[in-house]
Amino acid sequence: MSDIWSMIARRLLLGLLTLFVISLIIFGATELLPGDLAQNILGQSATPETVAAFRRELGLDLPAHTRYVNWLLGALQGDFGTSLANKRPIADLIATRLSNTLFLAVYAAALSVPLSLMLGILAALWRNSIFDRAANALALTSISFPEFFVAYILIFVLAQSGLFPSMARMDPTTTFSEALYRTFLPALTLTLVVTAHMMRMTRAAIINLLASPYIEMARLKGMSPARVILKHALPNALAPIVTVVALNLAYLITGVVVVEVVFVYPGLGQLMVDSVAKRDFPVVQAVALIFAAAYVLLNLTADVLSTLSNPRLIHRK
Amino acid sequence: MSVLFTIFWIAVAVVAAMALGWLFRWAAVAASRGEARRALKTAPLAASFGMLVILIYVVVALFAPLIAPYAEREVVGAQFLPWDATHPLGTDNLGRDMLSRLVYGARNTVGIAFATTALAFFAGSFLGLLAAAVGGWLDQVLSRLVDILMAIPALIFSLLLLTIFGTSIVTLVLVIATIDATRVFRLARSVAQNIVVMDYIEAARLRGEGLIRLIFREILPNALAPLVAEFGLRFCFVFLAISALSFLGVGIQPPTADWGSMVRENATLITFGDVTPLLPAGAIALLTVAVNFVVDWQLHRASGLKE
Repeated sequence: MSDIWSMIARRLLLGLLTLFVISLIIFGATELLPGDLAQNILGQSATPETVAAFRRELGLDLPAHTRYVNWLLGALQGDFGTSLANKRPIADLIATRLSNTLFLAVYAAALSVPLSLMLGILAALWRNSIFDRAANALALTSISFPEFFVAYILIFVLAQSGLFPSMARMDPTTTFSEALYRTFLPALTLTLVVTAHMMRMTRAAIINLLASPYIEMARLKGMSPARVILKHALPNALAPIVTVVALNLAYLITGVVVVEVVFVYPGLGQLMVDSVAKRDFPVVQAVALIFAAAYVLLNLTADVLSTLSNPRLIHRK
Repeated sequence: MSVLFTIFWIAVAVVAAMALGWLFRWAAVAASRGEARRALKTAPLAASFGMLVILIYVVVALFAPLIAPYAEREVVGAQFLPWDATHPLGTDNLGRDMLSRLVYGARNTVGIAFATTALAFFAGSFLGLLAAAVGGWLDQVLSRLVDILMAIPALIFSLLLLTIFGTSIVTLVLVIATIDATRVFRLARSVAQNIVVMDYIEAARLRGEGLIRLIFREILPNALAPLVAEFGLRFCFVFLAISALSFLGVGIQPPTADWGSMVRENATLITFGDVTPLLPAGAIALLTVAVNFVVDWQLHRASGLKE
């Protein structure tokens, strides 16, 4: 038992270290810019006085390591500094948007995970049938589609007829069921994009196992194909499936950016894209740090869960 | 009702694609000889269709000025004109001919994506092979660096870098190439690591071959097959990444005709039931699907799987 805990503790430490280095990169990337950051943002026409004032405002007159420590300590307490574009505290800008983005991601995950597991198991069960081939071709196609194409097709088909709204507006008075209805199209877009990959990997993981001797044994003793897959193949395929699910949830984090822009959904992704265009780099850094942290956390969870689901990895010599 | 209609059109498209694939395979088999002919004969319909589509895109990209009825940036009429004889696909948000911009988009979007992939590929595979060949601290440093860069989601990282360096085509190409080079590095290194332990590498080392010669003459030829398949997949990723960034307005900048930004510029038409903005998005999707079909077939052939 202590093995498991020390393994989890080691992974957690590694994850923290990764996050620390990522924060260094996210912060340090601004230092890569040749010349002066303030001058660069204000443009060549800015007078030396404005540049000097802007430098003081950004804290650029302090040495880089001091600024980094201040930034990181602030970020850990939820204080990301102020936006360059509208001078508001970044924490205020982020607060509601973060929960909106999480809501959309969880919604999409709740739709896509059961759907793709079911489709993957069915495709493995009826492999090489028409269903399997159609599901595979569809999966390959939807993997190759850009998110905004899927989104606009859905708008064209489903929002045209007035079934669902094409814009996902959210405000504090929106009730839960109302929110589910308004964000159905963005969630469906994300679902379609991730389901394909998860389904293919689930199918591959199960089919991989079907050649094992114990599956042969189960078949020979007269078990039905569905029982063979559910009772013998699925538990052993859990590790790769858990990994794929977590990786795809991590993928949702980036997919969310494009989808939020299409559906004018007030989330973190849209904030980030707006800030990139304005070169409002403190906001971009803050959002990038949040996205990266979520990404690292999900990958870490995948790692730990897949180890836990495989006794051979826990009791390794 | 509209859903049924869509399903009908999807079915029509699938049948048409299969027929085109079959025709192309027939023509290609008739036109080729020897090894290529044997390979083409067994090509699945999806892969033949993919090859046909790629061929059409290449032709359109190369001869864009001859095919397009109007110039890339020329304003030829009112905004958002419907489809008619003079403007087969109407005009865009500034009154430029949609068809001409689609044609030029093939040159710009695909060209930039191809250049980026090539850059990512040369850098990534060279460093990957180098890391495997030299080993030791160089391998450790490069691998850990790549691990860290890969721990940041690609789209988020490219948005961060574009904020800092500004949005121009050169920075776009360099940023995406850097990010994708890390993925190529991973593959190249892991493939090469299985090769550097071979006896003939040992022999080459003992013969006193230099590092560059060892990488290009001994390791690279044996690592080429997986790397070529990876090139196709990488192209798809790069192409989708650039299109997504352009769609978000931080990639290829106007007035350059580019499919991602064309979708963004004309998106308002969708809400009026006009299908035009879907065309550039569809053009992106079609090419990625085509490349995927061909890569899938090549991987299948290379692995010798019969499943």
